[in-house]
Amino acid sequence: MPARLRKTSLPYLLLLPGLGWLLLFFALPLVYMLLESLKTGTIYTGFKLTWEFSNYTDALKNYDKQFIRSFEYAGLATSIALMIGYPLAYVIAFRGGRWRNALLLMVIAPFFVTYLIRTLSWETILSDSGVVVSTLKSIGIVSQDGRLLDTTVSVVAGITYNFLPFMILPLYASLERIDSRLLEAGYDLYGRRRDVFLRVTLPLSMPGVVAGVLLTFIPAAGDFVNAQLLGTPKQFMIGNVIQSRYLVVTDYPTAAALSFLLMAFSLILVIIWARVAGTEALLGAEEERA
Amino acid sequence: MTAAIRRRGLDWLLNVYGLLALIYLLVPIAVIIVFSFNNPRGRFNFIWQEFSLDAWQHPFAVQGVGDALKTSIEIAAVSTVVATALGTLTALALVRYEFKFRSPVNFFIFIPLATPEVVLGAALLSQFLNWGAPQLGFATILIAHVMFNLSFVVITVRSRLIGFDRSLEEAAQDLGATPWQTFRLVTLPLIMPGVLAAALLAFALSIDDFVITNFNSGSTITFPLFIWGAARVAIQPQIYVIATMIFLVTVAAMVLTVWQQRRAEKMAAVRPDDAELVGAAA
Repeated sequence: MPARLRKTSLPYLLLLPGLGWLLLFFALPLVYMLLESLKTGTIYTGFKLTWEFSNYTDALKNYDKQFIRSFEYAGLATSIALMIGYPLAYVIAFRGGRWRNALLLMVIAPFFVTYLIRTLSWETILSDSGVVVSTLKSIGIVSQDGRLLDTTVSVVAGITYNFLPFMILPLYASLERIDSRLLEAGYDLYGRRRDVFLRVTLPLSMPGVVAGVLLTFIPAAGDFVNAQLLGTPKQFMIGNVIQSRYLVVTDYPTAAALSFLLMAFSLILVIIWARVAGTEALLGAEEERA
Repeated sequence: MTAAIRRRGLDWLLNVYGLLALIYLLVPIAVIIVFSFNNPRGRFNFIWQEFSLDAWQHPFAVQGVGDALKTSIEIAAVSTVVATALGTLTALALVRYEFKFRSPVNFFIFIPLATPEVVLGAALLSQFLNWGAPQLGFATILIAHVMFNLSFVVITVRSRLIGFDRSLEEAAQDLGATPWQTFRLVTLPLIMPGVLAAALLAFALSIDDFVITNFNSGSTITFPLFIWGAARVAIQPQIYVIATMIFLVTVAAMVLTVWQQRRAEKMAAVRPDDAELVGAAA
């Protein structure tokens, strides 16, 4: 492109519609939500901006259990997803050969089934009279009157399943990019498999691990569908509280405060990540720019 | 010798592990397809009773499900077109030009992807409520869907643009093409596979979205919202039938896109040889 074009306002014109939409319907709403979280009142009397910062401390005090539970469940689901996802991504990247694309298609296949339906599918799989429960009963892992549905197990299983592709895709992307000559060099220098993996493959795949962990953890921590469909109020997470405070109880200030805390927490994670990986890497653009 | 056997054993174990992980990913989908042929007793389709083609013969027999699906498809179609157009322009600006705020803009576009959906939905609802309660419904759902699809489109198109050979555009301009002609006749056809992939992703995300839609829908009902309502009352096999149909259509579209992308890559790969020919002729 000729140099004169670069100096024009063209890039800003190209940015304007997309960026404008995000400013208007993503950034500005966050400002409204921040203000909402500092109001007092009810749906009948109306809400007034009173800079009520105690909304935050009250929200934390009243829903500390759900907050902690969200992070526990999300942490658990993320760890399991990493344990399932890493070996699978490794196999596809290094052994997939000409089947790579087909295998990747299978990895994202769950996304093609409506989210709520694939969650309901777990209700069938883990149901009291299902194969899984009866097998686990017969080998004694689940007690005779025990069940999996409506427990922590079913909720964490659902969350793990629903966000697993978010873990596998970045892992695959970083593993696939590893130059196989580096691995060969490792073996040529008489490195054992374990050493080559621990000292070459794993460190080189770390960006994928970090990306996968964040992309799994953040939506998992904010989820309410799994706890609602596969659990009971005993398993409810912070997302359930936000959803019901907003849409059922119409206690907007509390719901907004909780949303903001959740948002702040995710944002801190992302900023740490951006510091480590750089903003270009966030959009998956590590390759050399043309 | 023992080391070789151990290595082979490890290889085998890893492959089996990978296979099990794939099965874990696919079993729930199989369950949905199988249970679309179920003839359940009672209101919920959770226990296998007997094989039946009933639900497949009358997939829209459940009151309201057809309208919900129609609304979902309409919203997905419109939001896909808008998000793909805006996102492609944004991606072009981000990859093609050096400008002052590129780094913060990159970061800003990424944030929606790393924000829990419940926060995106709740924030937008706060704004709509503050704007003096406009009628929540089709329009507000559409605004929300374009919003969350934009970042996905930017990322997808961007990755395609990064591997782009600029010399083709320069050649076009050397031959006297205006910037607009260059874009329409050279750039756009070359990035088209990326744009199509982005559009497909946007469509799939939109037709599947429940959380954000739930906050901004008012009384409008999309297919996921219909399921959410039904989950408390009754889940008929028809819902599984429609889910299976959406699944099959998306997979078919996906396979087609991959195939088309491969073909485009093959066509692009022909070029270096042409260059050699030109070199040889000169």
